[in-house]
Amino acid sequence: MSTFNYTILIPALPLAMFLLIGLTGHKFKALVSGIAGTASLGFITILSYITAINYFWGTGMVNDVYQTIIPFNFEWLNFTETLQVKMGVLLDPISVMMLVVITTVSFAVHLYSIGYMKGEVGFSRFFAFLSLFSFSMLGLVLATNIFQMYIFWELVGVSSFLLIGYYYEKPSAVAASKKAFIVTRFADFGFLVGILILSYFTGTFDFGILTNPLTSPVASFVGTSFMGISVISWAMILIFMGGAGKSAMLPFHIWLPDAMEGPTPVSALIHAATMVVAGVYLVARMFVVYHLWAPDVQEVIAWVGGITSLFAAVIAITQYDIKRVLAFSTLSQIGYMMLALGVSGYGEHAGVGYMASMFHLFTHAMFKALLFLGAGSVIHSVHSNYMYDMGGLRKYLPITHITFLIACLTIAGVPFLSGFYSKDEILVAAFEHNKILFGIEYLVAGLTAFYMFRLYFNIFWGEDKVYHHTPHESPLVMTIPLMVLAFGSIFSGYLPFSHLVTSDKMAFTTHLDYAIAIPSILIGFLGIGVAWIMYKKKTDIPDRISAALGGFYTTVYNKFYFDEIYLFVTRKILFNIVSQSVAWFDRHIVDGSMNGIANVVITSSKKIKSLQSGQLQQYAAVFVAGALGLLLYVIYLLG
Amino acid sequence: MNFQDLLLMQHELLLTLAALVVLCVEIFSPENNKRMVVPLAVFSMLLIAAVSFFFPTSGKAFGDMYQSDTLRGAMKSVLDIATLIVFLQSYGWVNKEENRNKISEFFIIIFSSLIGMNFMISSGDFLMLYLGLELATIPIAALAAFDRYKMKSAEAGIKLILSSALSTAILLYGLSMIYATTGSIYFDEVRAAFKPDALSVLGMIFFITGMGFKMSLVPFHLWTADVYEGSPIAVTSYLSVVSKGAAAFIFTFVLYTVFPIASEIWLQVLVVLSIVTMTIGNLFAIRQGNMKRFLAFSSIAQAGFLLLGILGQGQLGMGTVIFFLLVYVFTNLAAFSVVAAISDATGKEDMTDYNGLYKTNPNLSLMLMLALFSLAGIPPVAGFFGKLFLFSAMASKGYYIVLFIAVINATISLYYYLLPVRAMFINKSDNPIEHFKSNIYLKIGLGISVVGILLTGVFSIVYEYLISVSAGL
Repeated sequence: MSTFNYTILIPALPLAMFLLIGLTGHKFKALVSGIAGTASLGFITILSYITAINYFWGTGMVNDVYQTIIPFNFEWLNFTETLQVKMGVLLDPISVMMLVVITTVSFAVHLYSIGYMKGEVGFSRFFAFLSLFSFSMLGLVLATNIFQMYIFWELVGVSSFLLIGYYYEKPSAVAASKKAFIVTRFADFGFLVGILILSYFTGTFDFGILTNPLTSPVASFVGTSFMGISVISWAMILIFMGGAGKSAMLPFHIWLPDAMEGPTPVSALIHAATMVVAGVYLVARMFVVYHLWAPDVQEVIAWVGGITSLFAAVIAITQYDIKRVLAFSTLSQIGYMMLALGVSGYGEHAGVGYMASMFHLFTHAMFKALLFLGAGSVIHSVHSNYMYDMGGLRKYLPITHITFLIACLTIAGVPFLSGFYSKDEILVAAFEHNKILFGIEYLVAGLTAFYMFRLYFNIFWGEDKVYHHTPHESPLVMTIPLMVLAFGSIFSGYLPFSHLVTSDKMAFTTHLDYAIAIPSILIGFLGIGVAWIMYKKKTDIPDRISAALGGFYTTVYNKFYFDEIYLFVTRKILFNIVSQSVAWFDRHIVDGSMNGIANVVITSSKKIKSLQSGQLQQYAAVFVAGALGLLLYVIYLLG
Repeated sequence: MNFQDLLLMQHELLLTLAALVVLCVEIFSPENNKRMVVPLAVFSMLLIAAVSFFFPTSGKAFGDMYQSDTLRGAMKSVLDIATLIVFLQSYGWVNKEENRNKISEFFIIIFSSLIGMNFMISSGDFLMLYLGLELATIPIAALAAFDRYKMKSAEAGIKLILSSALSTAILLYGLSMIYATTGSIYFDEVRAAFKPDALSVLGMIFFITGMGFKMSLVPFHLWTADVYEGSPIAVTSYLSVVSKGAAAFIFTFVLYTVFPIASEIWLQVLVVLSIVTMTIGNLFAIRQGNMKRFLAFSSIAQAGFLLLGILGQGQLGMGTVIFFLLVYVFTNLAAFSVVAAISDATGKEDMTDYNGLYKTNPNLSLMLMLALFSLAGIPPVAGFFGKLFLFSAMASKGYYIVLFIAVINATISLYYYLLPVRAMFINKSDNPIEHFKSNIYLKIGLGISVVGILLTGVFSIVYEYLISVSAGL
């Protein structure tokens, strides 16, 4: 069992690189930081692959069940006998799978960034932050207990904040980073309260104890209720709130589109492939608890996922900023994953939703990172984020074009590409659970194909626009990651996920359900077809449609005015009514009493100054008086 | 007595040897070539610290007058580290023109004083404790007057020796009462025979008073400000960290092991002393403009906090106290080192001189800031953990009102600890201290302190080790 000792290196190395680059980066040429960061990530990518191979096809499985292996778990803080915070490494199917996802994408992004960020001021700062992020994210997935996860959860949030605000001279980037931080922090507050409730009742943070379906202490508190809902449900919905914040589920989704202010590689790594799926990972980690002891919350998760995926897909159709289209697409796809977890059962074939969710997380990481990096390559060559500044780029950017097309086909669910397989499993799971949710997802599948090909045709087809200079293909250091991820997008669908990552850690067999697969292929092609007609050559159909929809179109274009609603609630209601009265209280009552105390302190400190006269005789007198005073006090005590 | 018994005292013997070696170097080296004294002293200290850390001894000698075990060993190691840092930090000062002819005196005297503290820590009876205490204090009086051509320094020496004489007299008086009622001076026997009758309690109170002087608890603290201000910085930091730490340890140890029967009484006394000490120390510290006086008064307040840990009682209390002392060593010495560096280079010691320091000396400013944050107890630096453990040790025994007062005092202390930070980072100055380079010794000392500040709290193994050696109290 101790063969996995080397896994401690996987999070440790990025941390070391962060410290090294962060502290000494300015002393070397910028490129050195980039190469050092990339090389170390390359190394841990290899380590992760070795871990995965050893785990899945080696010593991980005992008696047909994948074991949970904890090579490290040292006590970090020991408050009392029962309350301890540990730091460790936990290996089980989902964490090992996440290792592969994170290191692969992170490595691709590191490599790509050497080209993309070339010549930026703060090049080595960028790589230091990337290393910090990689460390935090790896620590998050390897956490052995929910408190460790929370600590890394916040670290991930900080690194995301730092990277979104990378261009800190741009006011919009600063605003976006603050927004992301505040929204996710707000959600994390729920997460923390949830953790505290859960551990208050169960007396443990440990995942192994909490999620054991037979012996978990959670089971005995399902009956305890608070305001009509079981305390476990309260805890789990609050924990889900944290997950929804990180994964930008409705109504916490508002930060993700703005987060696109960060450099594009960051969007690919953090806001597409890894950090935003942390919420999904969290729910998967606690899945047993959700499913067995808080089924009401699980239902909520399903609906939140379903509604988010529809909502985001609709908005994605109307956006012009190519990164925002991708951001909304990310929201929509994460909605898929949440929904799959929400509708999943436990054990064997009933757990198909769980498996599908993890499967889709895996394939989505590949093709969405590819899409973002492709978009980055496009932006790099035309210096604009808007699709109306683009057109006919297939001639100039051949590699980007082909890889982007592969990713679009994958996300649209075209057969034999990875997205098709994972999405099909999700639809199967949804169909077995709830026909309405299935209907929503089926619709979203069509919408996805449509908006992705709207994007594709607008960028690569149509007429050439007036460019400052002839767009040219990006350097190899950027196109190689594209090709690697394209390879992943095509072939990751052939991984036997139902044998590897399942709800009860035992293998089961799935097969394509043609009754669901064929209609979903058809609606995918329908979406692509409509996009073809509307956008391959410039037509006036899109304008006519948007004109016909009128107010509805404007509403969607403005993302259903969610930002405005938030602004109204915070500025008008919170700031005006609540804050002002609190501010009055603070200024007059709190400050008043504080100033009073401060005055007392200062006056008394002036008064006692005479004690310190410098006269030794007086010192001796005070000394003896003090001793006698103590004596009198003791006499009083005894007397 | 046999040879094994002598080996038990390896730490004290090695220190004596070191003092003698430095003395020989002083005698046999040419008048104008004393360069090797500092490296020699630093190296000896390092060696002694390493030997006593890696080869701990355990046992009793001289009819139980001298005792050695892992707990006392841990405390000695804390003092070793502290002395080492003081040595490193004093390099610039002892190499000044006016001190150059008495470099070795400084080290010999410190070694002697450290020997006294070690005997005090290892004492198994009150006589040994008393001898150690005196051996620890008298040399420091000489050190305080080290800059003897300066009025203030001479005054500091005289004041220290006189007030120390008074406190020692009271302490001895108390010990004689304890001997009178219990018929013994050995810790074990006193413990067995102690009854909380009037005379015994009076003796105990006098003992507390005498030790309170060494730890500069209010109202036995008045000597502190004058002595700290008058002494050279290296001596002040030695006095406020090493000397105070040793006294605090043996004080806690004796209360726990000799007077457990009277714990109801001394706990109450400590409550009063800690509240008064924290509060008065803070009130004085707020108004200090001289950095040395400022740190001196803040160290009085810190001693008040330390007493809170003693309220934790037993294993938890002892472990927490030593942990706090360790943290305090790193933190206070880091602050003193920066003040020493600036004083050596420019002779300036006032807080207003620090205005705009960050612009000219960013590294020193950052380190001083770190040290002040640690003193104030801001997470995640060690000082936070030190205070956290103190507070939780005390709270575990139900002292909630004291805890509340302590928290208020911690808040007040935050205010004045931030004053120098504001001076360095925010205040503007037309005439800031110019950029200067410190010597390598001071840098190493500062480096050790800063690493200690950053890591002691985070690596829980330190705390757990100190708790584990305190087992059985």
